[in-house]
Formats: sequence, C-alpha cells, structure tokens
Amino acid sequence: MHRNPLKLLIYLIPLAIFLGLAIFLWQGLHINPHKIPSVLINKKAPQFSIASLEHPQQTFSNQDFHHHVVLLNVWASWCMTCRMEHPILMDIAAQHIVPLYSLDYKDTRKAAETWLREFGNPYTKVGFDEKGIAALDFGVYGTPETFVIDKHGKIRFKQIGAVTEEIWQQQILPLVKKLQKEA
Amino acid sequence: MIPEFGNFALVVALCFAVTQAIIPLLGTYRGNRTWIQMARPLALGQFFFLLFAYATLTYAFINNDFFVAYVAANSNTHLPLLYRITAVWGAHEGSMLLWTTILGVWTAAVAFFSRSLPEETTAQVLAILGLISFGFILFIITTSNPFATLLPNIPLQGRDLNPLLQDPGLAIHPPMLYMGYVGFSVAFAFAIAALLSGRLDAAWARWSRPWTIAAWCFLTLGITLGSWWSYRVLGWGGWWAWDPVENASFLPWLVGTALMHSLIVCEKRNAFKGWTVLLAIMAFSLSLFGTFLVRSGILTSVHAFALDPTRGVYMLLFLLIVVGCSLTLYAFRAHRIHSGGQFNALSRETFLLSNNVLLFIMMTTILLGTLYPLFIDAMHAGKISVGPPYFNAVFIPLSIPLFILLGIGPLMFWQKMPMKKIWQRIWLGLLITLVIGVVITVKILGHIHIMVIVGLTLAAWIIALTLIGLIQRIRQQGWRQSRNYYGMILAHLGVGVCIIGITVTSVYSIEKDVSMRPGNTAQVGQYQFTFMRTQPLIGPNYTGVTAVFTVKENGHYLTTLNAEKRLFPVQHMATTEAAIDAGLFRDLYISLGDPLRHGGWSLRLYYKPFVRWVWLGGLLMLFGGILALSDRRYKLAKRLATKTSSNQNVS
Repeated sequence: MHRNPLKLLIYLIPLAIFLGLAIFLWQGLHINPHKIPSVLINKKAPQFSIASLEHPQQTFSNQDFHHHVVLLNVWASWCMTCRMEHPILMDIAAQHIVPLYSLDYKDTRKAAETWLREFGNPYTKVGFDEKGIAALDFGVYGTPETFVIDKHGKIRFKQIGAVTEEIWQQQILPLVKKLQKEA
Repeated sequence: MIPEFGNFALVVALCFAVTQAIIPLLGTYRGNRTWIQMARPLALGQFFFLLFAYATLTYAFINNDFFVAYVAANSNTHLPLLYRITAVWGAHEGSMLLWTTILGVWTAAVAFFSRSLPEETTAQVLAILGLISFGFILFIITTSNPFATLLPNIPLQGRDLNPLLQDPGLAIHPPMLYMGYVGFSVAFAFAIAALLSGRLDAAWARWSRPWTIAAWCFLTLGITLGSWWSYRVLGWGGWWAWDPVENASFLPWLVGTALMHSLIVCEKRNAFKGWTVLLAIMAFSLSLFGTFLVRSGILTSVHAFALDPTRGVYMLLFLLIVVGCSLTLYAFRAHRIHSGGQFNALSRETFLLSNNVLLFIMMTTILLGTLYPLFIDAMHAGKISVGPPYFNAVFIPLSIPLFILLGIGPLMFWQKMPMKKIWQRIWLGLLITLVIGVVITVKILGHIHIMVIVGLTLAAWIIALTLIGLIQRIRQQGWRQSRNYYGMILAHLGVGVCIIGITVTSVYSIEKDVSMRPGNTAQVGQYQFTFMRTQPLIGPNYTGVTAVFTVKENGHYLTTLNAEKRLFPVQHMATTEAAIDAGLFRDLYISLGDPLRHGGWSLRLYYKPFVRWVWLGGLLMLFGGILALSDRRYKLAKRLATKTSSNQNVS
C-alpha cells in the first residue's frame, strides 16, 4: 500500500469542515441568546406609584429615589433564583454604597413579609406590585431583574436574572461609582 | 446520605470508565489476553454503578428529598409519582445522567451480545465506549452534578417540574430519543475499532448493522413521540416546527438512515467502505453535536434551559476531541481502504449511493439552516431566525428525487441490470401511479394544489412499487422471505404513509381563531363546535378551567370534548391541554386560549385530516426496523458462535 498525498488531502476535508464549524461554535458560545438589548437603557424609568409592602397606606414611587443613584430589584417570594440572589443583596445593602429599592412582583403580602422577616430585608423600601403592572412598564420578563437608575431617573443598566458577586463587583459597582460622580 | 451515595457511585463509575478505556486497548496492542478479557467485566461494572447513581437520584425524587438542589428545583410535594420519576430528566443535570446511564445500557448490551465477535474487536469497541463514557461522567461531576446539595438552607417546598413536561408523552420521549442518540455510539465505536485495527471488511459491516438498526429504531420512535407530544401539549396543533432541537434529532436520523443503507452495500458488495465509516462517525458526531446544541444553550428553543458557559466550553472541547480525533484517524486510514465491488450505472449500488448522497445533502442543508442564525450572530451581523419557510423550501425539492429512487431501488439487481428488465419491473407501478395522479388531479379540479398532486402521487409511487416488488418476489420465491426483507417493505410503506399524512394535513387542515361564550357555536368545515359551559378543574398540583364542547357533524351529534386550561401555582405558569377527538382520517382539536370579558374565551379550533398518518408512518418504519432486527441471520451468527466456543471448550 503506497501513500498518495492527494488522496489523503481529500480525506482530510471532513476534518477541515468540522474544525471550521467548531470555530463558529466557539464564538457562538460567547454570545448569550437570552441577552435581549433593553429599549429602556438610557431612557427615563417609567413612572409608577404603588402601595408600599410594609405600610399599605404609604406609596412607593419614582419620587422616593429622586436625585439619587439607586438599584431597583424586582423579586418575589415564590422565586427560587431570588432566594439564591438574596445573600448578595444583603451584602450590597450592608456596604451602604448604594440604596436598594425593590418591587415585589405578583406576590402576596403575607408571603413576602414572612420571606423578608425570615431571610432579612436589604431594601430601603419595597413596593408591592401585586399584579405586576409597574414591573410590566419596566419590561420585566421574569424575576429577578435589577435596574441601575441614575440621578436623573434614567435606567443605565439592566440585569436579567440573579445578580452575582462577579456581576456586582465587575459591572454594577463601577457603574454606580461612576454615576455617583456625575452631576 | 442519599446524595453521597450518588456521588460515590458516579466517582466509582468514572474510575471504571477510565480503566475500561485504557486497559483493553493497551491489551490489544501488547497482545495481553488478560487485559483484553478485562473489557467485559469493566463495562458491566461501570454500568452497575451508573445504574446505581441513576436509581439514587430517582429515589431522591420519589421521596422529594429537597436537600438535593436538583430535586428541589424540579419536584414538589404535590407532583404525582409518575412525574416525580420522569422529573429525573426534567432538566439539565438529570438529562445528562440519563444520557450517560443509557450509554451504560448500550455498553452493557455490547458486552453481553458480542460473544460471537473476536475478543480483540470487542475489547476495542468497549474501550472506545468507555472513553466516551469517561468524558460524560467527568462532565456531570465537574459541571452538572445532580447530587449537589442545598446545605444549609433546605427548602420546605420544591419549585415543581416544568408544567409542559407533565405529560405522559414526555415520560417516554426523552429516554427513547436518547436511546437513539446514544445508540449510534456503538456503530461509531465499531467504525473506530475497524479503523484502528485496519480490518474494514464485510464482517465489520455485518456486526455494525444490527446495532445501527437498533439505534435507528429508537431514534425513529423518539422523534415520532416528540412530534406527538408537541401536538398534544403545546396547543398549536402542529407536529413539526423545524425547531433547532427537533432538527438536532433529525440530523442523526438522516445520517443514520443513510448509514443503515450503505452498510448493506458494504456487507454484500464490499463497496462504499470509506464512505460508510465516515457516515458512522458522522451519525454519532451529530448526536453529540445535538446534545451540545441543546445542553449548551447556544440556541434558544423551548427545550434549551441550561445556560452556563462552562458547560458549553466543556462540551465543545469534548466534541472537538472525539470528533476531531476520529476524523483525523479517518483521514489517515481511509485513504488506504480499497473498495472492491465493481458496479454498473444501472444497479442497486447506484440507487443506494444516490439515496446516501440525497440524505447527506438534506442533512447538510438542515444543519446550515439550524446554525445560520448562530453564524450571523457570531459575525456580529445581528440576530435573525431561520424558520419553516427555509426548511420547507430546501427539504421538499430534495425529498422528491429521494422518494422516486426509493420506489425503484429495492427492485434493482446488484452490479448491473439492463434497462429492459427495469422496465419490466416498474411499468405496472408507473401505470398505477399515473392513474392515481390523474384521478387526484381531476378530483380536486377547480382548486388545484400542486403539493397535493406531487405528494400523493409520490406516495402512490412508493406504495405501488413496494407492493409490486413484494408480490413479484413472493410469486418467484414463495412466502418464506427473510424478516429483513419484510422489514424493508414495512419501513418503505411507512414512508409512503407518512408522505400522505404530511401532504393532506399540511394542505387541508382548517384552523379557526374564534372568541366564544357558552352557548355559542362555531362552524369548522362540516363540523359544528358548541361551547356548552365551563367548569372548575382541580388537579393534584394545578387548578384550572375545563371548557366543555359538543361537536356535531352536519347536525348529527358526534362527541363531547373537554379542553383544559391548567394553572400551575408553583411555577406561575398556565398550560393548555388541548381536547382532541382523534380518528384515522381526521382529528378535531380545541385549544383554549385566554379568558375574555363577560365569560368569553379565545379559542382555536382545528380540523386536521390524516394527521395520524404522519405518526403511523413513523411507527411502520419503526416496526420495519424491529422486524429486520429480529432476522434469523443475527441469531444464527450467535448460535454458530456458541457452537464453536463449546467445541473449543471440549478440545
């Protein structure tokens, strides 16, 4: 059996095609198909005014965080990912760098209050968005989602899914510090 | 305690797998019989521990052991027992464990049924399977461990299984699909073993064939069940959507079908060997690739839920190693394969080759369509999606020549056949087909639909020629044909039945979106759907509404149908349980939409003629495969082997 280099080349074609495909797949891995650019980025946060969770007679609205850089976290007591995200939010609150506000999404008062009592309450104020109407205006797909809102009431960043230590340190914290320096 | 057992079993299985991959293979190179003979016990040992790990997870689900994170995420105290058992594969981690356990099943089957094979071949095949298994167990342990715990915060209640997956169809669909996917690993292992040893002969083809057919059968069943499930559960009355995950299962099926046919040529004519080996490598590579697509979350779809870059990176590396090494080995070995078997342009070989080429092109176009959005995204040119219009536009024109060839192929002789003989065998079939074609055209005159004429004529062509071939053969040689032959006939008839179903249901289905209140009646075709009332519905882990309908056909009472809307409180999700009156010639289908004001509902009513034929065709193909699998020749080989080995024992 003698070797025929030309013939070998032909038989290398499948390998070459596969390697080309693999390069594309490699690139594809670094694209998040769930990342849907929010139309609300750099736009004014939607106006809302809803009842506060702890004090039903009080309201929670955009006025509560007027002229401040804040995080607005959308969560629910029935949401497992929120439960996983919760310790990070407690950490963030303890650092006193940026106030944390929240919308309690499609929940019941009792369940939400029990949840906060049991696991701790990192929020400066919680709005009780029973029907998810305020969250709908924010374009929330599901819980948890977290928005960074600047001093002018504009949404500057949106995190779909849980905030992790990594996301906080690398994305949210630097942004918050930058926004706080802005006039 | 339970998760520790599971973890322990996985680690032991990993050790077995790595030993199974190395020792027997080294044994074949060093000619060490003891090492070669270790392949079987090692394979069985690995299988035992995988099974143990799997049983452990099932046990944790049955007992709702929320201490295990995976159980807490996919079960609930109100989830019925059946769905707690099937919830094991309801999400990523458990699916991977199922995948690996099924690989263990196939490995054990090879160890068990390969006693007639030379020990060296068995050792090589088992070593390759061990290598694949090693990769998967390592993947599970490092990136997707289903036994990870939620210490110290054990939740009191689980998040429940995805409501869409709470359906009996899903209880068997994924295991069957995985049996098919993973089954191609055996044909793959045989191909690699043949390339390694350089013994690529008719014996190799004969050993590979039953394993290929078996995997193909499972894949056929898996795809058919998946199609039926989506029809029942997703509530849009469709049976195929060219969804990336459906495509991922269809790609190995197409290549597997090609492989099954080219193996025949390898065995009988000693030809197409290089090509067949490539197909065997590709069938399994596409299975791995499909798993990668689904599990890495690289494509969005109903099915893809894991979105963890480390998993994707690991799987891609694994894919790169397995497929890259196999194709490299192929390149350096296959160019030295000498294929024998001269054949004429008019011969069965040519037809089988054309069948292979067409199936291969089909696979390529579907692969391209599936990956195209990804290519575009990878080149930062935006996000797009390729839908059914593309797939139908490329698939249908390619399937027409395939079906024409399919009719004639089985009537051809090996090597060469004069045109006159071919004509003798097909003229009657051609005549029948033309008559049927004309009758159909006349019958639907006025609203001619080209797809109906083409589709039904092709189906008539396949069925007529298949039956004529059968009759001619029985006349000449009597009833006692091999099961292999009858299997082929059945499977080819299945293709015809499937085409009829697809054609009629695609063209003549009636779909009506209506809003109705109790007391209203809607007309769909010759059927009157009357909305009688709604009543509350209370299930084990859901509540909801049942809408009761009576259906009349031209004024005569036909049946009462209950369509359901189920609300699953734990996952905050509503599902639609379509009401279906199934029949061989038509389905009536009601899917409940959303409640409107004043007690009204938005509804979708369907009349779907011949939709059952799509799945009936799939089942016929499956039975054809099973029949071929039960052929005497495979058993005979075994009996002969036991005889020789007992002779050896005597001597």
